[in-house]
Amino acid sequence: MAEMLSGADMLVRALQDEGVDYLFGYPGGAALHIYDAIFKQQKVEHILVRHEQAATHMADGYARATGRPGVVLVTSGPGATNAITGIATAHMDSTPIIVISGQVQRHQIGTDAFQETDMVGISRPVVKHSFLVQEAAEIPEVVRKAFYIASSGRPGPVVIDIPKDTTDPNETFPYEYPREVELRSYNPTTRGHGGQIRKAVKLLLGAKRPVIYTGGGVVQGDAAAHLTELARLLDFPVTNTLMGLGGFPGTDRQFLGMLGMHGTFEANMAMHHADTIFAVGARFDDRVTNDPAKFCPDARIIHLDVDPASISKIIAADVPIVGPADSVLAEMLRVVRRELDRDPAAVDRHTLGAWWDCIGGWRERHGLDHDQRHRGDTPLLPQQVVQAVYRATNGDAYVTSDVGQHQMFAAQYYKFDEPRRWINSGGLGTMGFGLPAAMGVQFAFPRAPVVCITGEGSFMMNMQELSTCMQYALPIKIVNLNNQALGMVKQWQDMQYGGRHSHSTYRDALPDFVALAESFGHVGLRVESLAELEAAIPKMFSARYADRLVFLDAWIDPDEHVYPMAVKGGAMSEMVLERDGARVDGAAAPVK
Amino acid sequence: MTARRIIAVLLENEAGALSRIIGLFAQRNYNIESLTVAPTEDPTLSRLTLTTAGDDRTMEQITKQLNKLIEGVKVVDLTDGDHLERELMMVKVRAEGLRRAEVKRTADIFRGQIIDVATDAYTVQLTGPSDKLDAFLRAVGSQAVIEVARSGVAGIGRGDKVLSLG
Repeated sequence: MAEMLSGADMLVRALQDEGVDYLFGYPGGAALHIYDAIFKQQKVEHILVRHEQAATHMADGYARATGRPGVVLVTSGPGATNAITGIATAHMDSTPIIVISGQVQRHQIGTDAFQETDMVGISRPVVKHSFLVQEAAEIPEVVRKAFYIASSGRPGPVVIDIPKDTTDPNETFPYEYPREVELRSYNPTTRGHGGQIRKAVKLLLGAKRPVIYTGGGVVQGDAAAHLTELARLLDFPVTNTLMGLGGFPGTDRQFLGMLGMHGTFEANMAMHHADTIFAVGARFDDRVTNDPAKFCPDARIIHLDVDPASISKIIAADVPIVGPADSVLAEMLRVVRRELDRDPAAVDRHTLGAWWDCIGGWRERHGLDHDQRHRGDTPLLPQQVVQAVYRATNGDAYVTSDVGQHQMFAAQYYKFDEPRRWINSGGLGTMGFGLPAAMGVQFAFPRAPVVCITGEGSFMMNMQELSTCMQYALPIKIVNLNNQALGMVKQWQDMQYGGRHSHSTYRDALPDFVALAESFGHVGLRVESLAELEAAIPKMFSARYADRLVFLDAWIDPDEHVYPMAVKGGAMSEMVLERDGARVDGAAAPVK
Repeated sequence: MTARRIIAVLLENEAGALSRIIGLFAQRNYNIESLTVAPTEDPTLSRLTLTTAGDDRTMEQITKQLNKLIEGVKVVDLTDGDHLERELMMVKVRAEGLRRAEVKRTADIFRGQIIDVATDAYTVQLTGPSDKLDAFLRAVGSQAVIEVARSGVAGIGRGDKVLSLG
C-alpha cells in the first residue's frame, strides 16, 4: 500500500527522494502548506534568505559548485517575481536549478487575486521548462520530470508553480516516486556522431595553427579531465571563456588565458591567426567574437556542443558535433591515440613548434602587467588584491564574483586549475550574484575556502544576505574592491563618453563597510595600501577567522581600468593593451 | 536569401504549450506571418502550422529552437520538400446593383462559394494556397472588400511523407 500524503507532503517527500539537502527559500501565504510540511521533517534543510533573488543565486552557486540541481522555494506574486533575475541568470549560464513557487488557489487563477502573478508566463523566456501543477496527484511526477529536465542535456532552470489548494493538508493521495520519466518530446543527445568525430580528428591532426577554445560546457559537462588529456596529447594551445575558466588548468604552459573582450593578447591573437579552432561547450558569445564578420578569417571551425541550437548560431561550423562534451572528448581521445599509434608523426610537432614560437612572441605583450608598472604603496591596485588572495588561498579556493571590473580582474589574475571553482554570472551579468552564490557554495562545502570577490556597487545589491550569513554562521571571505564607483560603467564613460561620469559615482554616500559587517556580527577589515593589504590578507585567511565571515574593504585606485580590452566592433586582433595606449592591430602580426 | 517557409509542428496538447511557441518567436525576433493550431487524431497532440520568412541561417535556428522546446514533439519545414498548402478565407464583398453579378462571376472563376447573402453584400468562401486568396482579393478590388477572415495556412507533405510520432 502506498503511503497517503497531502500535496505539500508529497512535494517535500519528492525532494527527499531526489536527494535534495538544501532548499533556499522565503515563506508567504501561497506556500504555507508547503512550509508546514517542511517543518515536520528533517531531511531537507530549509535556508531562510532575506530576498528571493538571493535564494535563486544560492541555489545557482550550489549547482555550479556541485553539479547537482539547486532548489528554491518562494511564494506567489512578489516572491515569484523576485526570483526572476536569478532564474534568468541560471538560464543564460545553463545551470540546473529548480524554482518552486506557490500560486493562488486554482479557482482564483486569473482573477487578480491577492499576490497572484502569472509565474509560468512571466518566467517563460528564461526557463528551460516550467510546470503549472493542475492536480495534486501529479506532484511527484512533475518533480521527477523537473529534475530530469533541469540536469540533463544542456542544463537549465525549471519552474514548478503550485496552486495552494493542490497542497491542502486535508486531501491525501497515494505517494509513489516515479523511478523514471518518459518524455517523448525530449531526448537529449548522449553520444556524438562517430563520422563527425573522425572528421574532426582529421582536421585537428592536419592543423598548422590550432587553438582549443572552451567554455562553460566543459565545466558543466564534467569534461575538464578529458579535455586536458586531449590538449596535452596534441600539445595544442587552450583558451577559456569567462564561463570556462578551470576547464583547463590555469597554470598550465599550454594555457593562453581567457579570451575575448578582456582576454589576454596571446589568446585573442592566437584565435585570430588560427587555421583550426576547436570550440567545446562555448557559444561564440559577442564578448568573445567581437564583430562576427571579422572573426578569425582563416579558421576552420569544429564546434562541439550538447545543444544543437548553439552550433552555427553566430559562427558557421565546418564540423558540427552534437553531444555531451565528456563522452565526445573521450571518443576523440580514442581516435587520436589510434592515429598516433599508427603514425607517431600524425601531429606535426615541427609546424606546431613554430606556432608555439609565434604565441610566445604574443605572450611577451600579454597585457596583464599593471601590477608591475605601479610599484608604490598607494594607490592600491585591484590586481594586487586579487593576486594576494590567490597566493593566500594557494589558488585553490572557490571564488565567486559579481559583475564589473572586479569580475574581470578576478578572472584575469586568479588562476583556476580546477573546474567548478570559478563561479560568476557570465551570460546575464547579474550584479548581486556574488555573495549569495558564495553562500550556496559554502552550504555545499562547509569546510572549503569560499571567497567572494566583489565591488561595492554589486555588493550593495544583495548585502541584506549578511544577515543570513550570520544566522547560518557561514565563514565566507568577502573581498570588496572598493573604488567608490560603478567601475566598469565609469571605464566605458572614460573611454567612449569623454569622461562624463553620468550616474556612476556615489562617493559621499557609501556606508562604513567595516562597521556594516560588524553590525551583522562579522569581522570587518579595511585596507588602503599595499602594506595594509599584505598585513590583512594573512589575517583574513588565518585559523583565527576560519569560522567567521570576514569582510575586507579594499580601497583601490578609483581610476584603474581593465586592460587588455578589445576594440569595439573590431576583429579579435584589435586590442588596447594599456591606459591611454594606442590600439594594437595584430592582424598583420608575423605568423611563422 | 529570404524565403517564405511553412513549418509544421507536432506539439504536446498541454496548457501553455502554444504560448511557448509564440513566445519563442517574439523573444528571438522571428516573424510569424500566419499560425494555425488544432488537435490531431491523437488527442494528446496538437498540430501547428506556421508561415514565416527568413534566410537559411534563420530558418535553421527557428527549427532548432522549436525542437528545443520540451513540448515540441516533431518539427518539419514543409518547404524543404514537395508539399500541399491550403488556406480558407471568408470574405464579405460589396455587391450592389451591377456589381452583384460580377462578384458572383469572379467567385465562380476562383471556385469560391457564396455562403451568405445580404441585400448589398455577398460572403464568399474560398480555399487554396495563400496566393490564390490574395489574387481573388485583388480581382474584386480593395474598394469592394468589406471584411476578410482567413484561417492561416495548413500544410502537409506530398506523397508518402508523413509527420507523425514514429
